[in-house]
Amino acid sequence: MPTAPRSYQTEAIIIKRTKFSEADRLLTLFTLDCGKVRAIAKGSRKPGSKLGGNVELLAHSQLMLARGRNLDIITQAQAIDNFLPVRESLELMSAGFYLSELMDNFTEENVEDRELFTLLLNTLRQLSETGDMERLLRYFELRLLSHLGYRPQFQKCANCGRELQAEVNYFNPAQGGALCRECGYPDMGAKVLSVNALKVLRLWLQCDYATASRVKLSSELTNEIKSLLRENIKYVLEKQLKSIDWMDRLGAENKSQAAG
Amino acid sequence: MTPDFPTTAKPISRLIEELSKLPGIGPKTAQRLAYHLLQAPPERSRDLADAILGIKDNLKLCSACLNITDSDPCGICGDQTRDTSIICVVEEPIDIMPLERTRKFRGLYHVLHGVISPSDGIKPEDLHIRELLDRLANGRVREVILATNPNVEGEATSMYIQRLISPLGIRVTRLARGLPFGGDLEYADDVTLSRALEGRQEM
Repeated sequence: MPTAPRSYQTEAIIIKRTKFSEADRLLTLFTLDCGKVRAIAKGSRKPGSKLGGNVELLAHSQLMLARGRNLDIITQAQAIDNFLPVRESLELMSAGFYLSELMDNFTEENVEDRELFTLLLNTLRQLSETGDMERLLRYFELRLLSHLGYRPQFQKCANCGRELQAEVNYFNPAQGGALCRECGYPDMGAKVLSVNALKVLRLWLQCDYATASRVKLSSELTNEIKSLLRENIKYVLEKQLKSIDWMDRLGAENKSQAAG
Repeated sequence: MTPDFPTTAKPISRLIEELSKLPGIGPKTAQRLAYHLLQAPPERSRDLADAILGIKDNLKLCSACLNITDSDPCGICGDQTRDTSIICVVEEPIDIMPLERTRKFRGLYHVLHGVISPSDGIKPEDLHIRELLDRLANGRVREVILATNPNVEGEATSMYIQRLISPLGIRVTRLARGLPFGGDLEYADDVTLSRALEGRQEM
């Protein structure tokens, strides 16, 4: 067996942290070079730990890791970006919790995926700079699904294969995407898919975020796309993510405050 | 797990196994403790056993601050010399100890028993936030100090509580974030350092 080098360096984004023994943390990292990796950050819960603030949730850091028998050990960490504006906003951070949970649930350990790393990094940067949370999350969800092989069919009817007409169509993740009127109407599990939502989703599957960010979205359209993509994610993961509740709740409380 | 050597008597290996379940105690330390207890006078073991059982039988939560206590109200809430107009909010009972050690704080505490953690599904209702708001309702409290841990969950919890309290017109503060005493500037992360800069003080 060839011996692997004892330590290695990589860029990573911290997607999960759990307490581990007295003052350590078990981190789940999404690294540029090796995909998802679990590693121990020794002493990172003590104040004054040199790792501490460099390995907080969602931090983008340059790490040096030592290979362990079971788990790797972080020996050095230097934050590249901590996305402070995200950290300091309750709403944006709720999106951050959601992103990290998505990443953890959709990826397998030790599968290198630079494209996904870049998608996550860009999403966090944009979130930090623009705070355009709803749009960023939707774009991320769609690209994540598509990139990992769960790309919903939006060109043709997923059931009969006919071209979709510019009319109200349907969407059912269990069928693999959009359904034409004839196939979708009798399908009890299908949701209505408006012409505008279909247009946006088709475009977003092809364009970069700079273009995606120029699309004007009414709040109705935002909500429609949100519920369609959530449905799809729930279907793929076969569960609802825990952080959704918190995000929705903050959104609802803000709305009621704005109304009152 | 301690391997079950036939040379080790059952009661000893059982004690070793139980001890090694404690945080910070590995199999070696557990062995040493077990053999130490074996050689120590029998009262020692009985006192230890009593003390361990005592924490389960005699302790409850203080009805005011929710700290773990054997008397209600707890020693801090019942102390007449303490300032009742200021409440310091902490995550866990264990967080009170370091704050008390500073001897700088003479107010009261409020223990949340957890933090909001969306990825673990822990919601505000799972904490004792309601009880805090009830305590503030009497209008005697002037200031609430948020002393949750300086990490993402702690910050989220503090920001959320701040949002609930601010309409009440009570001053809300939080512990300063800065450089640890005895630390090295070169190892400071940028979040800490930028906050330390923002919060710099006149000398």
